[in-house]
Amino acid sequence: MSDVASPPIAAHRSRAVPRLLIGLGVVLTLAFVAMPVAVIFAQALSKGLAVYRANVLAPDTLHAIYLTVVIAVVVVPVNMLFGLAAAWLITRFAFPGRKLLVTLIELPFSISPIVAGVIYLLLYGAQGLLGPFLEAHDIRIMFALPGMMLVTLFVTSPFVARELIPLMQVQGADQEEAAVTLGASGWQTFWRVTLPNIRWALLYGAVLCTARAIGEFGAVSVVSGNVRGETNTLPLHVELLYHDYNAVGAFAAATTLTLIALVTLVLKALLERRLERR
Amino acid sequence: MTAAALRIGLRSRRVLPGFGLTMGTTLTYVALVVLLPLAALLLKSAEIGPDGFLRLVTGERALAAFQVTLTAAAFATAFNAAYGLLMAWVLVRYEFAGKRILDALMDIPFALPTAVAGVALTALYAANGWFGQLFEMAGLKIVYTVTGVALAMAFTSAPFVVRTVQPVLESLQPDIEEASATLGAYPGVIFRRVIYPVIFPAHLTGCALAFARSLGEFGAVIFIAGNLPFKTEIVSLLVFIRLEEYDYAAASAIAVVLLATAFAVLLATNALQALAQRHARKG
Repeated sequence: MSDVASPPIAAHRSRAVPRLLIGLGVVLTLAFVAMPVAVIFAQALSKGLAVYRANVLAPDTLHAIYLTVVIAVVVVPVNMLFGLAAAWLITRFAFPGRKLLVTLIELPFSISPIVAGVIYLLLYGAQGLLGPFLEAHDIRIMFALPGMMLVTLFVTSPFVARELIPLMQVQGADQEEAAVTLGASGWQTFWRVTLPNIRWALLYGAVLCTARAIGEFGAVSVVSGNVRGETNTLPLHVELLYHDYNAVGAFAAATTLTLIALVTLVLKALLERRLERR
Repeated sequence: MTAAALRIGLRSRRVLPGFGLTMGTTLTYVALVVLLPLAALLLKSAEIGPDGFLRLVTGERALAAFQVTLTAAAFATAFNAAYGLLMAWVLVRYEFAGKRILDALMDIPFALPTAVAGVALTALYAANGWFGQLFEMAGLKIVYTVTGVALAMAFTSAPFVVRTVQPVLESLQPDIEEASATLGAYPGVIFRRVIYPVIFPAHLTGCALAFARSLGEFGAVIFIAGNLPFKTEIVSLLVFIRLEEYDYAAASAIAVVLLATAFAVLLATNALQALAQRHARKG
């Protein structure tokens, strides 16, 4: 800032105010944001390490972890492909209705997870629009794995596209157009020119998408049917144990999710630094 | 311009391949994953008819749930308006040890699954919890009250205000501030008259996003709320309960209102933002 501060201005800029604000910010953040994370580990370990280990490795908990991973493994690649297609379409071509399409892509972000569950139930459930058809063909989507995957797909669909669109807009199409003009095929251009330019943003979007896919609760709880050891994801299992008055078990299962969240934060910070450097 | 350059210039809009493929993929996906289920909700709630719809969403229990949700979301947003602004300011304007860590901590509420946040907040603020004990001594009960609902909403929506104000504050040019300081304006005056008008649209957007998110929050709230009908029952929980009772008509009617409210908040913000920007340009 200015070096020519005259005495009255220097008086305004005492160091008390910054110190006070920094102190207030740190204390509030530690109490309000960080403390809940600490309490999860404290509660999970409150009966000792052996009990914690037994809880984390309980068969139902392991099955919930397995189911959560299966959902994420299916949902994240699909949404990466969708994000790539949507970003290519929106940033590389001009067409009427482009803005509307962007709004539609981001729509799931403003919809409550419970509402997300409800709309899928009203489509694929027994009383839903497609209910009679599905029943006639003996296809089960609701209260089963396909339904849980579909709502997770819905809830996490904007993540990759939202990271790619602004970046690809800024980068422009010059390099790709040059490659195509010089005779590269569309796929060659994508793999050799586009992908190297956007890989960190793609990975960033995928990380956020994965975190949400693993942690989604409201939408999945509407369509899962909560069958223990069958259609219980890890977040649903936390609720189930908690309502079973097995708080230590619930918090033990929660630590797995918390560790995933903390890894996400570290990855996010690293990727953000990469993106900034570009 | 040579003929070749002209040709390239004319063609450049469609030089790149993949229009058909990406258009087809994107439209199909959006139609199947987003629009079709939303259409199902609208069709199903249209079946109820206007009278039935009104009766379902203005029932005593539904109205109480709306009141609890709106009140708690308003308090949560008011807290985040102040907290978010403070954190954006501190993270952009000051240098101090541990700043990077503090910045990373801001994202915890988005990274932590909502159900995990819910059980953690309940344990922390329960009468025998680390913070709950202190509040109990002050005569304040948090768990199973509207205060608890507001607290959970504030936690899950905390990053919105910080993350929308931060970039605008970063891009602010220091020259006007320096000019007003040189002219003898006090820091408080500079903030109010010079800085805040510029970050106001972003601040408003952050608050609206936080409010919209709070209205729909479910996982974090249901554990701390205690879910007493008419007292601490939120709208999204009422929807869930109606579903469990197989009362799909009531569930979809209330869901439509929840959806419409979220859209209304976002539309209002867009309008206010456009207004604020026009105002700022006029100076």
